[in-house]
Amino acid sequence: MSLLKIRDLSVRFQTNDAEVRAVNDVNLDVAPGETLGIVGESGSGKSQLSFALMGLLAKNGRATGSVTFDGQEILNAPPKVLNRIRAEKIAMIFQDPMTSLNPYMRVSDQMAEVLTLHKGMSKRQAVAEAVAMLDAVKIPDAKGRVRLYPHEFSGGMRQRVMIAMALLCRPSLLIADEPTTALDVTVQAQIMTLLADLQREFGMAMILITHDLGVVAGSCERVAVMYGGRIRETGPVGPLFAEAAHPYTQGLLDAIPRVDQDEDELRAIPGQPPNMSRPPKGCAFAPRCPYRRPDCDVVDPPLEGFAPDRMRACLAPVPEVLDRRIATTQQKETLA
Amino acid sequence: MSDLLNVRDLRVTFQIRREGDMPWAKPRELHAVSGVDFTLKPGETLGVVGESGCGKSTLARALIGLAPATGRAEWIDGKDLLAMTPRQMMRYRSDIQMVFQDPLASLNPRMTVGQIIAEPLRTHRPGLRAFEVKERVKAMMEKVGLLPNQINRYPHEFSGGQCQRIGIARALIVEPKLIICDEPVSALDVSIQAQVINLLIRLQKELGLALVFIAHDLSVVKHISDRVMVLYLGKVMETGPVAALYDDPQHPYTQALLSAVPVPDPKVQTARTIVPLTGDLPSPMAPPSGCVFRTRCPRATDRCAAEVPALMGNDHATACHFPGPLTEAEIARARGEAA
Repeated sequence: MSLLKIRDLSVRFQTNDAEVRAVNDVNLDVAPGETLGIVGESGSGKSQLSFALMGLLAKNGRATGSVTFDGQEILNAPPKVLNRIRAEKIAMIFQDPMTSLNPYMRVSDQMAEVLTLHKGMSKRQAVAEAVAMLDAVKIPDAKGRVRLYPHEFSGGMRQRVMIAMALLCRPSLLIADEPTTALDVTVQAQIMTLLADLQREFGMAMILITHDLGVVAGSCERVAVMYGGRIRETGPVGPLFAEAAHPYTQGLLDAIPRVDQDEDELRAIPGQPPNMSRPPKGCAFAPRCPYRRPDCDVVDPPLEGFAPDRMRACLAPVPEVLDRRIATTQQKETLA
Repeated sequence: MSDLLNVRDLRVTFQIRREGDMPWAKPRELHAVSGVDFTLKPGETLGVVGESGCGKSTLARALIGLAPATGRAEWIDGKDLLAMTPRQMMRYRSDIQMVFQDPLASLNPRMTVGQIIAEPLRTHRPGLRAFEVKERVKAMMEKVGLLPNQINRYPHEFSGGQCQRIGIARALIVEPKLIICDEPVSALDVSIQAQVINLLIRLQKELGLALVFIAHDLSVVKHISDRVMVLYLGKVMETGPVAALYDDPQHPYTQALLSAVPVPDPKVQTARTIVPLTGDLPSPMAPPSGCVFRTRCPRATDRCAAEVPALMGNDHATACHFPGPLTEAEIARARGEAA
């Protein structure tokens, strides 16, 4: 039984130039308590996907398809319904805590606001609850600091405040959009450990949206890799990292240097991501793909299962991709 | 081989006046970089790592005269770069070039790519004729992987990775001996990041460039550097050849920093022991006494508060009274404090 069910979700933006197809036919399920990672580079549609779920799309954006949460349809639901679900059932944290917190309000006031609105608590009760939650996210001296303004906290502490605020109503799903991208590595490690602890404690599911494969490897159970608005590969984190079956996933893994290994040369992915107002006709990754074949320019392959729990959208046979030989030869040729 | 650059006791101090201070009040001092020593050989890459606020960008800016610095930075010909007047410095500016973090913001939006790349040439090689300049620009564009026929386009027509290539071309056009790269790939996506790193390494080999490579990403620094310097609150914590520093870090800070870097491999990442650092970076206006790292160090003792540790060691040097790998008990204590 899945908590969140996304079916054929597409997001389009009307701009003066053209229609931008940010997200295309995405299907995903999130089980209760599960951690799903959504990985992609800028422009891959990963953030717009989460904004569509939460009803936060910009005015010129339109989402189609179906998203059900606990059996209830929430995509394009009226604001009244969405306001109940947001915060109480699904909460979201963002990359930049400074722009997501209200700089004019004390932390106590903005946190209490959530509880008085959603739970009908008195101000005094709400502030006490806020302090308890700040304690839970390990902010030292929570009682004293709840009276401070957001700018009086450091970046890492601010992110903790935002997490505390998101968890106030004990949501069953937390969407974290690049929660640690703006932070230093040591603080990132603290926040990721904290999120994992809180998730266990509150038994909530999490969608972690990030571009950092290292963060995904450390904290997710399942991953979906997005490129050009579509999911290109999904699977459990272990097998997907060990044997990436989509050329793009493989390319990403080969392109990052690792702190625990020495590599002679990084295998860069040639070219650049597609412009989604003029997407290529076939597979969006084809122009950069070493395994490209004539059909790739015509057909955009659907996401299909090829092993237990694993799916990918690619025309090249799995063994050919896993072999890597074609990709490494191409790399040598481009360097020569 | 003699050193290309020999930096001794480099200090950058900013005078801070706070709002509400009386006009005659003495400004407070912020030591952004306090006493950094390093040497750089021709063709060598020095990686500089540290968290935000550790002074790594200020260090870079000080080397090219963009931040007020004291100390000594001796160039290969024996001249001290920090003691020069701007006019004297002019000659050396074509030897030392810089590549900045934000690829688009560091290019003038009203100039074409050709004008941007040619600008250093017009300043430093005024004798060149127009067609020679154009030829050199086109050759350089080709070298960094840009199409020479895009010479008349404007920066906004290029993607982030291509803009960074333009920035690199602009730095290389005057044939420098040293390039200072301040977070050159951190604004780029991973797939593009690898392209730019490979390009930098290739150009460095071809042209025998020395690089000072500043980044917060320890994996990238490891990949590109020969030597690495770890900064914390404006001071060098540890420095050494890349293999020694990454495989056998001695300073507790280096160990904590390295343990926090996520590895894109679930098997490895879930099995790693992270040494948590408690608390935040202390304010650089009021750094801790003695060792600046002691407030967050699992090994700190009274001596650390009293005495400033000197950077000890030859090739692989550490500024710590008690260097060496953290014991399990110390890691457990750090975790206990964090929890």
